[in-house]
Amino acid sequence: MQLNLLLGLTVALFATGLYAVATSRRPACRRTVYGVALTVSILALLAALAHLAGAAAATLNLPLGLPWSGAHFRLDALSACFLVVVNLGGASASLFGLGYGRHERAPERVLPFFPVFLAGMNLVLLADDAFTFLLAWEFMSLASWALVLAHHREPGNVRAGYVYLVMASFGTLALLLAFGLLAGAEGGYSFAAIRASAVAPGLAALVMALTLLGAGSKAGLVPLHVWLPLAHPAAPSHVSALMSGVMTKVAVYGFIRIVFDLLGEPAWWWGGLVLTLGGVTAIMGVLYALMQHDLKRLLAYHTVENIGIIFIGLGLALAFQANGLAAGAALALTAALFHVLNHSLFKSLLFLGAGAVLSATGERDMERLGGLIHRMPYTAVAFLIGSAAISALPPLNGFVSEWLTFQAILITPELPQWLLKFLAPAIGAVLALSAALAATCFVKAFGITFLGRPRSPAAAQAQETDRFSLAALFMLAALCLLAGVLPGFVIDGLAPVVSLLTGGARLMAQSDQSWLTLVPVAEVRSTYNGLLVLLFVAFSALLSAWLIHRLASKAVRRGAAWDCGFPDPSPVTQYTAGSFAQPIRRVFGSVVFRAHEQVDMPPPGDQRPARLDVRVRDPAWDYLYTPLATAVDAAADRLNYFQFLTIRLYLSLVFGALVLLLIGLAIWQ
Amino acid sequence: MITDYLVQGCEMLLVLALAPLLTGFVRTVKARLLRRRGPALLQPYRDLSKLLRKEAALADSSSWLFRVAPYVIFAAVWVAAALVPTFASGLLFNWTADLIAIVALLGAARFFLALAGLDVGTSFGGIGASREMMIASLAEPAMLMMVFTVSLLAGTTQLSSVTQFMLIEGVGLRVSLVLAMIALIMVAIAENARIPVDNPATHLELTMVHEAMVLEYSGRHLAMIELAAALKLLLYLSLLACVFTPWGMAAAGDGLPAYLVGAMAYVGKLAVGGFLLALFETSIAKMRVFRVDEFLGAALMLGLLGTLLLFVSRSL
Repeated sequence: MQLNLLLGLTVALFATGLYAVATSRRPACRRTVYGVALTVSILALLAALAHLAGAAAATLNLPLGLPWSGAHFRLDALSACFLVVVNLGGASASLFGLGYGRHERAPERVLPFFPVFLAGMNLVLLADDAFTFLLAWEFMSLASWALVLAHHREPGNVRAGYVYLVMASFGTLALLLAFGLLAGAEGGYSFAAIRASAVAPGLAALVMALTLLGAGSKAGLVPLHVWLPLAHPAAPSHVSALMSGVMTKVAVYGFIRIVFDLLGEPAWWWGGLVLTLGGVTAIMGVLYALMQHDLKRLLAYHTVENIGIIFIGLGLALAFQANGLAAGAALALTAALFHVLNHSLFKSLLFLGAGAVLSATGERDMERLGGLIHRMPYTAVAFLIGSAAISALPPLNGFVSEWLTFQAILITPELPQWLLKFLAPAIGAVLALSAALAATCFVKAFGITFLGRPRSPAAAQAQETDRFSLAALFMLAALCLLAGVLPGFVIDGLAPVVSLLTGGARLMAQSDQSWLTLVPVAEVRSTYNGLLVLLFVAFSALLSAWLIHRLASKAVRRGAAWDCGFPDPSPVTQYTAGSFAQPIRRVFGSVVFRAHEQVDMPPPGDQRPARLDVRVRDPAWDYLYTPLATAVDAAADRLNYFQFLTIRLYLSLVFGALVLLLIGLAIWQ
Repeated sequence: MITDYLVQGCEMLLVLALAPLLTGFVRTVKARLLRRRGPALLQPYRDLSKLLRKEAALADSSSWLFRVAPYVIFAAVWVAAALVPTFASGLLFNWTADLIAIVALLGAARFFLALAGLDVGTSFGGIGASREMMIASLAEPAMLMMVFTVSLLAGTTQLSSVTQFMLIEGVGLRVSLVLAMIALIMVAIAENARIPVDNPATHLELTMVHEAMVLEYSGRHLAMIELAAALKLLLYLSLLACVFTPWGMAAAGDGLPAYLVGAMAYVGKLAVGGFLLALFETSIAKMRVFRVDEFLGAALMLGLLGTLLLFVSRSL
């Protein structure tokens, strides 16, 4: 029932895309496309929630696609959970697009692809055979690639599109090979057949590695993240929100579906591998983010960090599951899935907020923003809530999922393998470090963009964004707060997914704990109550403010800033994004990024201004991609020789190749 | 039932009332160690009441965040301080937040303090905010590593349960606990802006961190910030006291005499802690800002080492 509805909604999205091709230059088209996308997303969200509330898995086989197998679709708890994430993000991005799309200079490059992108993501989650999965995956990749190139004349965007296309093709290739290995020689491509067949341990490890490459390149695992900070900021902001907040989650879904569901029993070292990659991704992502002063690029790098946190949770779950500790696996998986939901909420919120700033000022560079809290008060409030949530501050939602991950790390001494025993506390330290650095990063992002004094005329004259955009922003902000103070309901909602993947284990029911307290393992072990924390803090703050205003003083005098007696009216005397991050750059960056500062101080009497040049290098480019690209170039140069041969040489080459192949065949048999 | 609420309320008021006294005590001891007379013990209370009654001067470029932040910071620190067991463990709302959540609450207070530093748009506010976040980005993980060590040993992150465990099980002297304690002391020094990381008595000096951030505050807002700082110092000393020296602490429901004994023991521990802090501060010089990362990196490594030892063997 819900499955049919969801497929119908996906078809409606494809149809909307086709409609937009024909009419995209008319202003009415924008309202139609985003209106339809909004309605479809809300309906799909409701259908997925209804399924999560307790329907059995449904399957459907349509005579499409490959002629001998058809297209299989299936809706189970796992896909329903991710459908909620996708359509929540889709609904907010569409709502935002209703207002934001008005500023679009090239609507014909955005409107046709936006619904197709949404449809592709929905279809990936519903697919139940390898062919449909990969087809939907490519729809998702190509539609988002087209959206990245929507503003193809802006400098850097073409390169972003190119890098994205290469990385997306690489990822799909890895997934294709993974499915090929899973299907075996008989070619049983439906997920049911794959699940039924047993995979040899060596082959399973290879499939896991390929999935890690394929899904990891889409999710942004270091060192496969390089396309992400280029492509995500290049797209229009509501599409950036979808790509960062939602598409990376579809990649996480792909990983969970293949590794947890299709592959069967994991080996313990998979957990170690995923944990290590997750830890490296988390810390590198946040350090990269701290070095940025382009608001959208900062957010994109920060997505890399959060993907790392999700993969830390998944790695812990794999380690527990391999050792038969189902309760631990359930806790770690709950933490990871909760963070999937949380990150989709606050990253969408922050990208939409950045979009509001961009449309109000035309600036993404934080060094030219500032003081927007006065001009855009509502956007500032929503962005502040998102910043606090992503920095894992209680009582918001980001804290709950990180707290659950910490609780999962604290039960790792039960693991028998020494390597995992040593890895887990180190990962805990990495997680703590990245959480603290994330707070620094968002003090910078919010403080430099919204606080202080405007650093450019555009920032000084910004106007508050439109009602649709504000509605989307506040909807997401409210969800961040709700998921933070009532996490028990979210955890209970995730319980069917967790028990599906761990073979029946789940956390105890949270919504009937007294005072709605969160009790992941046992009451003496660890409890947290976001609602009470919020109430206590709000009550103490209001009480103290009221008492002071009532009994002591409420007089206020406005004047120039004190600034130790030397206030300077020029806004360039403020701290900038670069100067804010300087201590961090000095402490961490000199090793990781070979950060280099060069001061050019003109001698006395010279009129030219002093300059400070900061260079930060990305080791992934330096040590992996640049050598790789150089090698490909060099090989192409060598092979170029074969382009200009005589016909005789070509014929002898063909003959030689044939002989070699025949010899190979003879040895094989 | 009603007594549970009363005891919890008493604890909240007790930490609030004691915090300025502790700050005054540390100042007095420091002055005496330097052979100065120093201010009166009750001077912080007088400062606060004077500040509260003055009008607040606000910069033209400041926003609502600047006015709201002092109350949020104060409330977050107060709630965190009240969640740490002082004279009795297992009070009514102790299960609201565990040790990780207390660390995060302090993080929330710091987040808003740093934003308030950036709000006016002056260079001093920026320098303070930037350095405070740099220090915090190392201090917070070090603190969490200490949390890991303690909770691996006690099998819980719940502070009341940790206290009960330390009190009843007779843990004895352990390498991991000693490492965790040193890490926590180092973090406490950094987080409370004490020498050698920062100087609480400095103004108008380029090395200052905390005071630079709050430079623009005046009147009642400054009073809230000062009170929050005093509460934070009290919180760290209570934390050290309840985890590493829980002797004399009552359990919930022990009755008034036990509570009184617990309160006496608590005040005694605070006095010892404050004296040691003053002694330490007078015997060491302030370090450069870019030596702080080495200091806190050491704390992080000590905490990690303590945790690793426990992963190797529960008896270390």
